[in-house]
Amino acid sequence: MLDRKDLLGLEGVGREEILEILDTAKGFVDIPQRTVKKVPALRGFTVVNAFYESSTRTRTSFEIAAKRLSADTINFAASSSSVSKGETLLDTAKNLMAMAPDCIILRHQLSGAAHFLSTQVTCHVVNAGDGTHEHPTQGLLDAFTIREKKGAFEGLKVTIVGDILHSRVARSNIHGLSTLGANVTLCAPPTLIPVAVERLGVRVEHSLDRAVAGADVVMALRVQKERMEGGYFPSPQEYFELYGLTNARMKGADRECIVMHPGPMNRGLEIASEVADGPRSVILEQVSNGVAVRMAVLYLLVVGRKTRETAD
Amino acid sequence: MKLLIKNGRVVDPVQGIDDTLDLLVEDGRIARMGERLAEKGAEVLDCVGLVVCPGFIDMHVHLREPGYEYKETILTGTRAAVAGGFTAVACMPNTDPPCDNEAVVRFILKKAQEAGYARVLPVGCVTKGRRGAELAELGSMAASGAVAFSDDGSCVFNPILMRRALEYSRGLQRPILQHAEDPALFSNGQVHEGLVSTRLGLKGIPSACESSVAGRDIELAALTGGGLHLCHLSTAASMDHIRRAKAAGLAVTCEATPHHLLLTEEAVGAYDTRMKVNPPLRTEADRRALLAAVVDGTVDCIATDHAPHHPDEKEIEFGLAAFGMVGLETAVPAMLDLLVKSKLVPMSRFVELFAANPARILGLPSGTLKKDAEADITILSLKHSTAVAPDKFHTMGRNTPFQGRRFAGRVERTLVAGHTCYAAGKAPEPRPR
Repeated sequence: MLDRKDLLGLEGVGREEILEILDTAKGFVDIPQRTVKKVPALRGFTVVNAFYESSTRTRTSFEIAAKRLSADTINFAASSSSVSKGETLLDTAKNLMAMAPDCIILRHQLSGAAHFLSTQVTCHVVNAGDGTHEHPTQGLLDAFTIREKKGAFEGLKVTIVGDILHSRVARSNIHGLSTLGANVTLCAPPTLIPVAVERLGVRVEHSLDRAVAGADVVMALRVQKERMEGGYFPSPQEYFELYGLTNARMKGADRECIVMHPGPMNRGLEIASEVADGPRSVILEQVSNGVAVRMAVLYLLVVGRKTRETAD
Repeated sequence: MKLLIKNGRVVDPVQGIDDTLDLLVEDGRIARMGERLAEKGAEVLDCVGLVVCPGFIDMHVHLREPGYEYKETILTGTRAAVAGGFTAVACMPNTDPPCDNEAVVRFILKKAQEAGYARVLPVGCVTKGRRGAELAELGSMAASGAVAFSDDGSCVFNPILMRRALEYSRGLQRPILQHAEDPALFSNGQVHEGLVSTRLGLKGIPSACESSVAGRDIELAALTGGGLHLCHLSTAASMDHIRRAKAAGLAVTCEATPHHLLLTEEAVGAYDTRMKVNPPLRTEADRRALLAAVVDGTVDCIATDHAPHHPDEKEIEFGLAAFGMVGLETAVPAMLDLLVKSKLVPMSRFVELFAANPARILGLPSGTLKKDAEADITILSLKHSTAVAPDKFHTMGRNTPFQGRRFAGRVERTLVAGHTCYAAGKAPEPRPR
């Protein structure tokens, strides 16, 4: 059983724990098809969405997930809260705790913010993306989507292309997919590959053609223009030329290869529309699966633990 | 007033002494050293089983006053110094206002005099306002008591300015203490650039950020003949540069800190802000290279880079937390444990690292127990150990990376000008005015 207070990252999360989350999510996938899109699992629990960084997709996904579990949800965004008046994360955390939430979902622009929060509050903390560190629920929904399409992870060839350096999604996927037994290849110009990343058990390849050859899954990552203060590549044109996913570049991949992207996409930079909207693309399925996976995480953390505490 | 320090193992590398001897202190100075001394009317301090050393000098501390008295004051910092076995500390000028003119130098000396604990050796800024644009009035600061110049916290990066600083300070016979760091390579770095920065998603500070400037400055020292001292070096590559400079006969010196000698990037764990320091904790290979350089003499001295911060500046997101660690009250036992207990260096080399060499670098007459020297004395026990308990610190800073650790070795007593300012287990006491 997933027996932890928080989900801060996929580093150190075991194979059994990940599979339990994926299995639980499987049970939630069909809820949107029901007339009443709700289960009472988290009735009476309060989930706070604390978003210090703008996000549409992730915040909405978590909110829908919590609501479909019948939790009471509260959202606050940095711009509309006391954060803009200079309150520290520590003070905000203490104030939130005074209102006794069961779970805080934190999105923050600084790496480690979720770890910090988790040491300061007694409720559950789910990391919804911290700086360039991790985004564990994205890693889980990616794993879920891959399993739906491919069945198993052992020996699967997964290639992640793009701005690995600034990507929290890449880090979560590296940990998650490696733990599940997939062979992960990273592909980017050397300026966008973090130092010593091979020591996390992945292969690094600077040629897109070689990286894509025989791949079962190709995941494109967004070029994070907002974090590019240093000039990591000469021009968007050259980047697209060398690392943009096009139908032509995808030719070397396995015939059944799927294409993923965590969004939001820069069309024409890391991915061509013909690929993003093409038959291999599972990008919108990722989004749908995101809700089910986040329901599973909330359910297992909040209810799973409470149930066991009562049983004890 | 006479004090007879009897039966201690006296270690004074400047005189080549490591022997059981007695030491007579008279009117704050060393009057005599010898076997079985007797002196009428002298207070006797029995030091059997203890090591009697010239007073230790920490040539790199941040006392924070003026301007940051909520972090530390000259009073609390010098109390911490004597409690840690230091009879003198050189304080860095990154205060507010910065110590870039003689008025601030005089203010610091006056405050230190009033406090009455460790001696304070002010370090003046190299550049006005530490802005790295034009030279500060080095001459008038030297005349007022500045022992060296540094823009510590910032690097003197402009090469023509660094050249002029080395040339000009040569005329004043004062060294430049350089914080070697390329600001562009530093960027907004948080930890050493390596596996840990990759895993944690924190911006890395590459080793070359330090060593490239260290290498350049050694070339400038060769060009100018100026006195260059490189602060808190942290990388194997920097050690290679220093080794080559010394082999070439250049007047280049350097220091290493206890935290870089004991800890690596791994200590950052899950974003432990106590481990956030600049230069960052590096790799195990760097740590070993530093340690080897301490043993073989490439590193001239141990300095703490004591950097107290308020808890609010550390109990915060990693990216917002302040860089720095306190060190005054842990350095001596930590290094006794690492270097002496393990027999990596003999006691005489240990005293060079903490007393003789800092005195030599700063051009001070101290660092020895020669006749007529001021009786600044540090007395150590190798039989006792020290448990690191931040709530018992005398510094206002609690940001130690060594909380809960126990080190073999203890500071027994710290004497400044012949007065006991600290005795183990007791509160520090100031010198009588």
